[in-house]
Amino acid sequence: MCHNCGCSVTGTAGAHHHHDQGSAPAHGHEHEPGQGSRTLHIEADLLAKNNRLAAGNRARFQAAGVAVINLVSSPGAGKTTLLERTLADLGRTLRFAILVGDLQTSRDAERIAASGVPVRQINTGAGCHLDAHQVAHGSEAFDLPRTDILVIENVGNLVCPAGFDLGEDHKVVLLSVAEGEDKPLKYPYMFQAASLLLITKTDLLPYVDFDLECCKAFARQVNPQIEIIEISCRSGAGLPAWYGWLEAGVALKRAPSAKRQE
Amino acid sequence: MHELSLTQNLVEIAAEHARAAGAKAILSITLEVGDLSGADPEALTFAFDVCSRGTLAEGASLNIRRVPGQGCCAACAATVACRTPTAVCPACGALAVTCIAGTELRILELEID
Repeated sequence: MCHNCGCSVTGTAGAHHHHDQGSAPAHGHEHEPGQGSRTLHIEADLLAKNNRLAAGNRARFQAAGVAVINLVSSPGAGKTTLLERTLADLGRTLRFAILVGDLQTSRDAERIAASGVPVRQINTGAGCHLDAHQVAHGSEAFDLPRTDILVIENVGNLVCPAGFDLGEDHKVVLLSVAEGEDKPLKYPYMFQAASLLLITKTDLLPYVDFDLECCKAFARQVNPQIEIIEISCRSGAGLPAWYGWLEAGVALKRAPSAKRQE
Repeated sequence: MHELSLTQNLVEIAAEHARAAGAKAILSITLEVGDLSGADPEALTFAFDVCSRGTLAEGASLNIRRVPGQGCCAACAATVACRTPTAVCPACGALAVTCIAGTELRILELEID
């Protein structure tokens, strides 16, 4: 029995199944326009169910004192490479758990598993984003009270994951310098939803026409509060700032609840 | 692409409410879709035909009411129209616009039989 959504399926990351909502839907008033038909006024949000499950995830993560990051980007911006490098550099000082979403294959999970960190792959089939239900089940196998940070690597897609809350503390969006500086204006929803923009592959800047300052200005037009860090996983430039950002997030979570240590 | 899962939610919610009201069929669904919701009305309509098959909503008409995007500038207090998510105020140029309308994505009413 799942504590988050009340469904009977357990331990099947990425499995899609429907479950009834706990209570009968509340109705507004009804009236009869004529000929046997009636109108129901319901005012129901289409994302209500995902938002309810995300709130359940968030409460569970909060209780365990684990920081949760939702990594989003277009395919190929460097999410998995960033994780590999981060785990190699911080894996001995912070306890990570990783959930990886892709349409098919477990290639990313296999790459990350090489670091020895607990990792689960969610295959969405044809689904273009992870949802809160998949994350609820996908994270069941982790020992969250003994985890400092859960990183959810979302499906590579700069559109759809923006609207689906997973229960994370922050969305972190990656944009590689090979993609073009106008992405924040073309895909504003994702940059609006993110707390941090990582501009990746900066070692390629001498070889591509990418206007760094212009990109940052575009991102701030969409989201004036967004933080921006430039990084290269190849050269290591900017990574200390990213690690500092992660560690500050973990410290915030540790403060209220004394974490169980092994 | 995520309109498919949004439409699955739409059909699921509508069917639950209709069943609870003892309906035999859903005749129409009125949906509010904001211009800043990130959902495309045409894609929702397209997905609805597929998602509603074999449910109480099969054959129902989907009426979509668009809600224009609107923002308010914290710097000059202007109320401005927003066609895309942006913080740039067209009146004073400040990065201070927050959205006040246009993110709606909800079912308003169902006509049932």
